[in-house]
Order: sequence, then C-alpha cells, then structure tokens
Amino acid sequence: MTKAHTDREFEGELQELRNQLLEMAGRVESMIADSIRALVQRDSDLAVRTIEADNRVDRDELEADDLCLRILARRQPMASDLRFITLALKMVTDLERIGDLAVNICERAIDLNQEPNLKPYEDIPRMAGVVQSMVREAIDAFVTGDVRKARAVVERDDELDELYHRVFRDLLHLMMKDPSGLERGIHIQSVAKFLERMGDHGTNLAEQVVFMVKGKDIRHPGRLEGENG
Amino acid sequence: MTELAPQLLSVPSPSATPVEDRKASNGATLPSARIERPARREQMEESPKLTAEELSAWFGAKQVLQRVSLAIPANRVTAIIGPSGCGKSTLLRCFNRMHETVTGARATGKVRLDGQDIYARGVDPVLIRRQIGMVFQKPNPFPSMSIRDNVLSGLRLTGLLKRELAEGIMERALIQAALWEEVQDRLSEPGISLSGGQQQRLCIARALAVEPEVLLMDEPCSALDPIATARIEDLMHSLSDRYTIVIVTHNMQQAARVSDQTAFLLMGELVEFGATDQLFTSPHDVRTEDYITGKFG
Repeated sequence: MTKAHTDREFEGELQELRNQLLEMAGRVESMIADSIRALVQRDSDLAVRTIEADNRVDRDELEADDLCLRILARRQPMASDLRFITLALKMVTDLERIGDLAVNICERAIDLNQEPNLKPYEDIPRMAGVVQSMVREAIDAFVTGDVRKARAVVERDDELDELYHRVFRDLLHLMMKDPSGLERGIHIQSVAKFLERMGDHGTNLAEQVVFMVKGKDIRHPGRLEGENG
Repeated sequence: MTELAPQLLSVPSPSATPVEDRKASNGATLPSARIERPARREQMEESPKLTAEELSAWFGAKQVLQRVSLAIPANRVTAIIGPSGCGKSTLLRCFNRMHETVTGARATGKVRLDGQDIYARGVDPVLIRRQIGMVFQKPNPFPSMSIRDNVLSGLRLTGLLKRELAEGIMERALIQAALWEEVQDRLSEPGISLSGGQQQRLCIARALAVEPEVLLMDEPCSALDPIATARIEDLMHSLSDRYTIVIVTHNMQQAARVSDQTAFLLMGELVEFGATDQLFTSPHDVRTEDYITGKFG
C-alpha cells in the first residue's frame, strides 16, 4: 500500500488524473472492438456511431492535458509523481491516436460494407483481439504498477506484427489472383495496418508504465549509453 | 556563553599568513588570503574538495548527525535537503567548524578539505573559516558600515589589506557577486540601505573578498522574493566555476534548479546522495521518494 500525499488536494488531483486516464482508455478499448464489429458484422451504423464517439476521446485528451499542466504549474511534482504526470501526457497522445485509427477502420468498414466480402475475416478479428488485450493489459499494469505485465505487453507486439504480415501475404495472393478485388483488398490491408499501428501505440503505453514504476526507460534498447534493455 | 555573531566568525584571522601577489581580472595586483594555492581546476574536479567521514554531531546529549559520510566535488553546487531538524544546517556548520562555537556542541569523525583533516590538532578554525566561507539565511551586513566597508571588512580585520589595493578587491568581489552595476555609484551609502536581495549579494561579496575555496550557503534565499532568489541562483551557477558551493535549502525546487549533487538527510542520517537529476526523478530510497513527493510525516 503506497502512502498518500500529505497535501490531500494534491492527492485528489492525482487521483482525478488517474481516473480520467482509465475512463479514456476504456472508451478507446470499446472503439477498437466496435470498429472491428462494424467491419465483420457489416454494421455501418455502428461504424458511424464509433466515429462520433471519437469526439469524446478527443475531449478526454484535452482535459487530461489541462489537468497535467495545472498540476505541473501548481505542484512542481517530483520523483514518481513527476514520472506519472509525464507518463499521463504521453499516454493520452497514444490513446487518442488509437482512437483516430479506430475511426480510420470505421471509414474503411463503411466502404467495404457496400461491397460483397472479399473473404471471411479471420486474422483481422484476431489482430483486433491482440490489440485490445494489449491496451487493456497496459492500462491494468498502469493501475497496479505491474512491470512484468507491462513488459509482457511489449512482447505481444511481435505476435501482432506476425499476424499483419500474414494478412498482407494472403491479400496479395488474392489480389494477384483476382484483380477485381483490388480496391477491397487495399482497404482490408489498410485496416490491418491500422491495427498494427495501434499495437505500436499499445507498446508505447506499456513502455511508459515501466518508466513510471521503475524510473527506467526501456524504449529503443541499445540506443542510449548504458542501456541494457 | 552565547553564540558568536556569524559575521565575526567568518572573517579572516589577523594571524599572519603568506601573502602572495596575484593579478585580479582588472589588472590590479591583489593579496591572496588563501593558505595554499588550490590545485588546478581539472585536478580539483577529479578528487573531492570537501569530505565528511563518519561525522557525528551533538548538542549536549542530543545527537543530531549520525556517522555521515559524503564527498563534495570541487567546483560544483551540492544541495543538502531534508525536513526541519534533520541536521542539515549542523552538517553545514561542521564543514567550517562553526558547530563547535555553540556551548555544549561537539562533533566526532573527520572533515577533510583537499584531503586535510580540518579538525586535526593544531588547525586554526579561523583559518578554516577563511577558506570555507559562509552565507546565512538572513542578510546580515554590518549595519554601521558603508557598502564599500562591508565588502572589505573581512580583509581589514586581517590587517593585511593595503590601502591602494582595496578598491580593486572591492570591485572584483562586487562584480563576482553581481552587485557592482547596481551599487558602483553609491559605495559610501550604508549596506543596510540596499534591498534584501542586494544585501544578500553584499554578504556574498563580503565572503568572496577573502577568496575562500568553498562557499557554504544556509537557506540563502528564504528571506528573498522570487526575483532576488533568481539572481542569487544565477550567481551560484556562475560562481561554481571558481568555487565549491554547498547550499542547505528547504526549497526542493531550488535544490533541483541550482545543484549538481543533492544529499537527503533524515533524522541526522544521510539517506541518499547522488546526482540531482537522478535524485529528483528516480530516487533510490523510498524515504527520499516519500519526502520529495510530499508523503512525509
């Protein structure tokens, strides 16, 4: 059990920021699920609703940024508090970008839903499942300060990359065989790319959690002097 | 016995010391108040300027420092932080043998300046206080003296100050203390006619006039407004090229701003000592973490 701050108002502000991040992460996680459901279940109304939901995520980003700046200006936080605030500033950017990518998937879904399916979706929902769990686990690690969980998220990015390359190869094969599916194929390939990018943002989230808890930067291993990964 | 006025303790001793001729930046030949020449800067940076070894201190039966060991690097600013009563001012006062001036106060262990034990038998504490100057929380210029006489008061008491060199020494000390521009036309006015921030820089000039090697600063900005504080902090930064500076401060943001190294003391014990950047972002000890994030007490 960590000790609370002597200044209860400061403690309250940090708690408020933590809650804002959790709510934002929850909304983004739903957006990922909904965007893929809109595609797989050919539900364009859901795609539109998901696009609209992104406005709330954008507002989340602005509100969290405002709160971070207010805390920095008023409290001049140190040590783990300072790491938490800098983490929050980066996390909201990654979460907001994931939201934008879900919007991009919805836009492709609306186009794809107007055409017959090129093939049954198999690896795309799998990719979405991995991304969702990466975001969820990174946020869990953030809440519990669980470095092992955060590191496990970073490792899952390889799984996602592998799925992406498989989708890419399959689509390439299909498009070469039947050029009439070219446009749909490119749209689906874009969806896979968007999911792969979401995974990169999920990895960022997890790396930032490690920094918050341990004060150790695990990004770009080997790039900094003294970094041992 | 009451404690002696600090300004009387930190001025040079009248005892004879070798006087070397040296050139000031303005070309004037100045007497040196140092006991010995400091090593060249690059050499000084490699070995610590000031070290405490197993240093313990008491006021009567109450122990206020517990076997503190740390090495203060030359030509750097070192901050000492910690809650009230943690022993940080006592540690500072042990560094120039001011602690022992309080009745019932004593210390054990060693403090070394350039490797030499300043508590060794035969060492004159007054000479030590000349090499290790001090600036206090409240600006304390001599109230009856002019700005000029305040700066020169330390050297004058030595009896070694030549009249023809006085102006050059005073000007150099005031320039180093970043006060010259503001007072050059009013040097005969009383020191206490200056603002609080200017008075504190006057006290720094007074300490620098005797050419110390180490400058100890005990909460030097706590009585100053933010602008005067910024001036002193800027001054500390520029002075660290030539002097080793140790500052005690309650203000953690100040310690983070001005220092290269920070020591955290708690109940007389040195909890953590390390690079300021590291200590304020990722402290190693949970007690440091709790203190600097305000979870203390």
